[in-house]
Amino acid sequence: MAESPPAIELRGVTKRFRSRDGAAHTATRDMSFTVRQGEFVSVVGPTGCGKSTSLSVISGLAPAGEGEVLVHGRPVTGIPDRLGYMFQQDAVLPWRTVLDNVAAGPRYRGAPKRAAREQAADWVARVGLAGFERYYPHQLSGGMRKRVALAQTLINEPSILLMDEPFGALDVQTREHMQDLLLELWSGTRAAVVFVTHDLTEAIALADTVVVMTAAPATVKDVVRVDLARPRRVEEIRLEDAFLDVYRRVWDSLREEVEITRARGARRAA
Amino acid sequence: MQPEAVAAAPPPVEDAQASAPARRRRFPAPKITVTRVLLVVLWLGSWEVATAGWLDPFYYSRPSAIWGRLVDWFTKGTAFGSIWEQIGVTLEEAVLGFAAGSLAGIVLGVLLGRGRFIAEVCAPFIKAANAIPRIVLASLFVIWFGLGMSSKVATAVVLVFFAVFFNAFQGAREVDRTLVDNARILGANPRQILTSIVLPSATSWILASLHVAFGFALIGAIVGEYTGADKGLGLLINHAQGTFDAAGIYAGMIIITVVALLAEWLLTLLERRLLAWRPPSSSAAADAQI
Ligand SMILES: Nc1ncnc2c1ncn2[C@@H]1O[C@H](COP(=O)(O)OP(=O)(O)O)[C@@H](O)[C@H]1O
Ligand SMILES: [Mg+2]
Repeated sequence: MAESPPAIELRGVTKRFRSRDGAAHTATRDMSFTVRQGEFVSVVGPTGCGKSTSLSVISGLAPAGEGEVLVHGRPVTGIPDRLGYMFQQDAVLPWRTVLDNVAAGPRYRGAPKRAAREQAADWVARVGLAGFERYYPHQLSGGMRKRVALAQTLINEPSILLMDEPFGALDVQTREHMQDLLLELWSGTRAAVVFVTHDLTEAIALADTVVVMTAAPATVKDVVRVDLARPRRVEEIRLEDAFLDVYRRVWDSLREEVEITRARGARRAA
Repeated sequence: MQPEAVAAAPPPVEDAQASAPARRRRFPAPKITVTRVLLVVLWLGSWEVATAGWLDPFYYSRPSAIWGRLVDWFTKGTAFGSIWEQIGVTLEEAVLGFAAGSLAGIVLGVLLGRGRFIAEVCAPFIKAANAIPRIVLASLFVIWFGLGMSSKVATAVVLVFFAVFFNAFQGAREVDRTLVDNARILGANPRQILTSIVLPSATSWILASLHVAFGFALIGAIVGEYTGADKGLGLLINHAQGTFDAAGIYAGMIIITVVALLAEWLLTLLERRLLAWRPPSSSAAADAQI
């Protein structure tokens, strides 16, 4: 039997932006990595190195430029089927209630209103927001809005899930809740996840594999396996020796890149 | 059940909101009302008294005369027939102009706001059209469409269109990219993006302009009538001017003001309904010119 293609495969992706003064700015350079179906990959790298850019290339929202992006073995030309994407910025619709925000995906895909709402009510409960169905986003805390966004994304049952620093703006306790919630909802879905974060603990606690990016323009510097048993509880796992080993390994790799980025920032500021 | 934290959330749209005024200190409501009534009594009283002495009521009229004129109009009718007929005609022109002008403004504004290419092509024409003193067109419309209702409606349409167009354009243009991308990922097609993302985002902008726009529609109708008509409040005022009837001019003004305030109230109700999702502190404002 032929092996099924990886869920996501980047081969030598180079993406340039034209900056305002007309000069080309390279966001990612010759980037290659693969994500198997059912694998949880965290991506870490210094700020501004091109992490968000690589997600938008996988999502089909932005063309790749040079190189190849394959999802389920097929080149990405538009938005691939069954792809979910949680953006770095808040993307819930402020004029819709929690329930109707979550129901958006099925509604766009042609489900009748009643069925979509029933399905949405189920997801609202699964992310722990039962009772808040009729609230508007501005009446919710940041953590609750992230729950809405999570339900909105997961209701479409993505087989590819892209997450761009989804919990970056949350306080530590809320973040740990959200991480556990994510692992719980993800387990058993066989979705391939690419999770961008700048928080190493988060990256390792969640992932099967951590991809370390270089300073801008981003390319893959290191790929580190995380062999920790699942199911995991984030607040417990981070105290284990195995975890700390991985942490040291990733941090050694990342530190240089962070220092390069910092030095550049200092030079620009000077 | 209460949300974990209600107050921390920033307002989701900063767009059409005027820079938030510093929170005003609150005074007891009756105190404010009583002061207002006193001010009006003081103003009307001093006017009445002044015209008994050194102010010539022929030029400046007086509150009692204006009131008398209003009572006259509503009980006996005007020189051109029932006052209700005059109000009805002006209102009909204004409402038609308002409806047609805002519809055209919204459709074209959103279209150009979303289509970068046509927006760029049309930009200089729109700038030029906006610089025209449009009120002058009223004279042209009388020549084109005659003294009937259509020339007034046309004037109102032109005034309303630009007020609404610019806001709809801006509103459609400032739609949050992330919201559009998110909708695309969730499976929205271009039509669904327009109806579920672009139009709702632009709604607060559009509604803000509709307040001003109805005022413009009334002005358009009245200026149109003023320029030449056989019915309407503008004609009434024009006639009062011709007969040196200052009280008649004031009386006409008062009727128009009441109509405008009623329309404003209706629009506010509509706005509240459509923008129920917004945090309560915001107040929309629009910049427009005639
Ligand atoms: N649409 C764009 N146009 C121009 N430059 C962009 C665009 N998107 C990102 N960039 C630039 O590409 C670089 C990488 O950005 P990004 O992928 O957002 O970094 P991060 O790793 O922090 O997510 C940054 O220098 C950013 O300024
Ligand atoms: Mg980013």
